[in-house]
Amino acid sequence: MSAIIYVFYLISAAMFIVGLKLQQKVRSARKGNLVSAAGMLLAIVVTMVGMGTFDWSYILAGVVVGSTLGLITAYKVRMTDMPQMVAVFNGMGGGASALVALSFFYRVVLGDAGGGGTMESVMGVDGAVSAVLSVLIGGVTFSGSMVAFAKLQGLVSGQPTLLPGRHIINILLGLAVLAVGAWAAFFAHDPADLAMAVWLFLGLSLVLGVLLVIPIGGADMPVVISLLNSYSGLAASMTGFVLDNNLLIITGSLVGAAGIILTKIMCKAMNRSLANVIFGGFGAQTTGAGSGGEYTNVKSAGVDEAAMILDGAQSVIFVPGYGLAVAQAQHAVRELAEELQGRGVSVKYAIHPVAGRMPGHMNVLLAEANVPYDQLFEMDKINGEFKTTDVVVVLGANDVVNPAAANDKTSPIYGMPILNVHEARTVLVVKRSLGAGFAGIRNSLFEADNALMVFSDAKAALTGMLDELRED
Amino acid sequence: MLTPFLIGLTVFVLAVFLGFEVIAKVPPTLHTPLMSGANAISGITIVGALIAASSSSPETANILGLLAVAFAMINVVGGYAVTDRMMKMFRGGKR
Repeated sequence: MSAIIYVFYLISAAMFIVGLKLQQKVRSARKGNLVSAAGMLLAIVVTMVGMGTFDWSYILAGVVVGSTLGLITAYKVRMTDMPQMVAVFNGMGGGASALVALSFFYRVVLGDAGGGGTMESVMGVDGAVSAVLSVLIGGVTFSGSMVAFAKLQGLVSGQPTLLPGRHIINILLGLAVLAVGAWAAFFAHDPADLAMAVWLFLGLSLVLGVLLVIPIGGADMPVVISLLNSYSGLAASMTGFVLDNNLLIITGSLVGAAGIILTKIMCKAMNRSLANVIFGGFGAQTTGAGSGGEYTNVKSAGVDEAAMILDGAQSVIFVPGYGLAVAQAQHAVRELAEELQGRGVSVKYAIHPVAGRMPGHMNVLLAEANVPYDQLFEMDKINGEFKTTDVVVVLGANDVVNPAAANDKTSPIYGMPILNVHEARTVLVVKRSLGAGFAGIRNSLFEADNALMVFSDAKAALTGMLDELRED
Repeated sequence: MLTPFLIGLTVFVLAVFLGFEVIAKVPPTLHTPLMSGANAISGITIVGALIAASSSSPETANILGLLAVAFAMINVVGGYAVTDRMMKMFRGGKR
């Protein structure tokens, strides 16, 4: 690599870092993304220029097909489907890293330049190990992301699939990965054996990715996506080691760090350890058990009554959950909020860290409905305010407002951080039925003295309340 | 003594710490676009893919490279486009 290319790569890496820094503020975030994209374009152009003259047909075909598919997906996807789309893109990145390592292997070890040696003898110990890791991490990222996509998209059941003896299967598979990996990197030297070892290794990596993700339930999928995001960065870094390219190493590790942080945030908000998410099979045993049913003293209110309560309120906090997005009621809640604000009522939104299907998902869904972001408050900022709030409207949220998490030590979700909506003067819970949430447990909020259930679809309830208010 | 691998390893470790510093300060409101933006950045493997697709022989290497370019471009173009789409929706109350 010539010095000038190296310098341009450094500039590109700096642009990624500056871009991420700009994303720390809502106002500059969009610019940050553009700076980052410009850094990527620079890296691509510099690479192409540096390669001199060569057969362009392969690259052109790949660029045209990839860009078109990417653009179409990006502009067609619904905001509610964002998690599975991130999963797909992520899988593509991981898959690309594995393919680059494979291609490099074919060129250097099996091609004209090499031939007749082990991978290690041609690429060195570090090169061989990074190539094998690149295929492994990239392969796991690819197949794992595709399973995550299929689960979130509803193509396969979102329920955890627990194979009998899955821990033993995973251990055996892990050992096989190690053995075949070592064979491919250090021992196979006949070209036919070597090629077989590498493809077998890719196959095992893909199977491993599938087995790692199928036991994880749909509700935990956001954690998996964050984690796979981190893996795709790591895979890119490994590819950087294979190619001796610092740009890939820097950039890949940035993404790796980002994924780890978001994974940690998700785990904390769900009060689960990462190990518990990965090995727990949470949600498999809870289906049916203790879901709904045994409620006493539940008070319900009609839409007209709920509107009257809102009419007398000075301060209102909306608590949106994923149910709100499923009912496509984001616009309805914004209209109701604007009507209330027009009457001088203070309106805020309380966002739990796991509202939606990935960290910050609910903020995007509300932003799409033109809700100003300065009305959205995160859990820690707003939890002290419920005590002094007249009315809280819970829309399609369940487990994240369950007081059992705070005061019932026997509850499976005990210790999970919740929004303290039960402290408000009146809580309106808009929900279709008394059915259980993801955790599959009863919610003691529903029978609290200050709670009123509004049994309705979120959108119908919101538009109904709005009509009642406007009629006055 | 200071091989390219060791230099790379040094860069890797330092960049991980830098990543933690930069990302930890992003507010929760922006976590979804951040994830999709970071995801787009992981498409940097496109650089490797381009090099892979340009090798003269053998044919298998080129075909693997072509696939890698397509995969990475989906990641890069799709990732940046959808991040931009999300970020332009965020707006303040006082307009």
